[in-house]
Amino acid sequence: MSNILAIAQRELKSYFASPIAYIVIGLFSIMFGWFFVNLLYYFQRMSMQAGMTGGGGTMNVNDMLIAPLFLNVSVILLFTLPAVTMRTYSEEKRSGTIELLLTSPLTDFEIVMGKFLGGFILYAAMLAISLPHVALLFLYGNPEWQPVVTGYLGLLLMGGCFLALGLFISSLTKNQVISAMATFAVFLMFWVINWMASFSSPTTQAVLNHLSITEHLNDFTKGVLDTKHLVYYLSFIGFGLFLTVRSVDSERWRG
Amino acid sequence: MIEVQHLTKRYGPLKAVDDVSFKVERGEILGFLGPNGAGKTTTMRVLTGYIPPSEGRAIVAGFDVFDQPIEAKRRTGYLPETPPLYPEMTVREYLSFVARIKGVPRSERASRLDYVMGRTRVTDVADRHCGKLSKGYRQRVGLAQAILHNPDVLILDEPTAGLDPKQIIETRQLIKELAGDHTIILSTHILPEVSQTCHRVVIINKGRVVAVDTPANLTARLRGSESMYVQVDGLGADVKKALEAVPGVTRVVLSDTRGTATGFEVDSESGRDVRRELASTVVSCGWGLLELRPMRMSLEEIFLHLTTEETAAAAAVPAEVIYE
Repeated sequence: MSNILAIAQRELKSYFASPIAYIVIGLFSIMFGWFFVNLLYYFQRMSMQAGMTGGGGTMNVNDMLIAPLFLNVSVILLFTLPAVTMRTYSEEKRSGTIELLLTSPLTDFEIVMGKFLGGFILYAAMLAISLPHVALLFLYGNPEWQPVVTGYLGLLLMGGCFLALGLFISSLTKNQVISAMATFAVFLMFWVINWMASFSSPTTQAVLNHLSITEHLNDFTKGVLDTKHLVYYLSFIGFGLFLTVRSVDSERWRG
Repeated sequence: MIEVQHLTKRYGPLKAVDDVSFKVERGEILGFLGPNGAGKTTTMRVLTGYIPPSEGRAIVAGFDVFDQPIEAKRRTGYLPETPPLYPEMTVREYLSFVARIKGVPRSERASRLDYVMGRTRVTDVADRHCGKLSKGYRQRVGLAQAILHNPDVLILDEPTAGLDPKQIIETRQLIKELAGDHTIILSTHILPEVSQTCHRVVIINKGRVVAVDTPANLTARLRGSESMYVQVDGLGADVKKALEAVPGVTRVVLSDTRGTATGFEVDSESGRDVRRELASTVVSCGWGLLELRPMRMSLEEIFLHLTTEETAAAAAVPAEVIYE
């Protein structure tokens, strides 16, 4: 465990020593702010219209503002997280520092977990930027807190999937650009994989919908904590990390 | 301390290392000599557990590097060809990170760090970023990293590559000092390094061990009596003529003159010892024989000999030196 922490700490340090952490967090806060303000205006207009027409349905901050906001965050992740994972292995391979890690008394699992944890902490810090915005809603409005908590949990898990996948892809190449591009493409694929669903047979449809990484986020943003989704995200992360360990190991054999 | 048995490493059809076996005793410095691409780095990478062998095994400090990698790695310090530094970390940060992952207990970390930085003379750059260091300092930080956890075995891949002459001397001195506490394998393609630092040499070419011996023995055994240095008290031109007339002598070259004494380099037919004939010729002509000694072949020549002409090497090296 202490080895995992040592590596995670080093990863974090290097994120913040390079521009990556600042760019990722900075871009995230700009985009998140933009989405937040837009959704807020939209919600405001809807409220005013509802007030003038005498109030048809009920206005709900959770459904109409927070849930769509969380779904928008997942779009930002698509672009930002490849930048977080692109250098994890690629850079170590390029500069030769991987030789230090692989000849130290560490298991491959510890190295992979350390790197994952480092990226995950950076991601969590990035997500924390959104907390003040949400706090404002609590200050001036009256949203339910449970869907907010599950929403964050869902985002953390979804980001974890992206990180695990990105880590694996990074372990395949020495080139950071290839690593980032491939990660982005695969993320996007998992994103749009269920677009074919409506044209497919019911079985294929179910499978595609289940594979879609965003499909599972919906319930979280609505405050539903379904084991089905938890299992999906956790097994996705587990499988990504497993592939990374295998990839590092096989790299040794191939030289 | 280190035992390599029939080690083979294949990359597809290519054998980077082919049936290599050798042993290193505790406290010894073993030089690994060979041209680029001979398989030095591959062998070292197997020893450090970076890559697994295709066949054979390697035992480091009593642990098989493949079956008990963690135990073996705990006792091994490794300096790869390019020091594995993280450019964004300061030297101190970097070394304390290495101390953590190498398993140096928390209570000893600070003192170990100070000791190692002092020993490798990097204390004055402790707070500089590794990426901003000169080549010499990088190499030293790399060395500091390797000895940080006080390993039994040190494996150094070309530790002096890219250093300036002063740094090379310092590094060699440091390596010699370390030999008492650690068993060291160092690879190099620079020959003087081997004769100056190593107790024993393994010469490797195209993945195979060509010879294992002490630098002195190798030098002596390889060409022993084929080239002689003769110093004679007598008139240069006459002596030269007389020496050339000795049967078996192929070439006489004047090498130096000191007062009336003249030195010559005398080459003879391969495998033929002409020392007696030379001595009696000089004496019978009435000159003083001041010196007569076989000229030792420099390791450089041995190396060229061994690695450029395998057949010639096989003929020149006595059977017991060939390690197969």
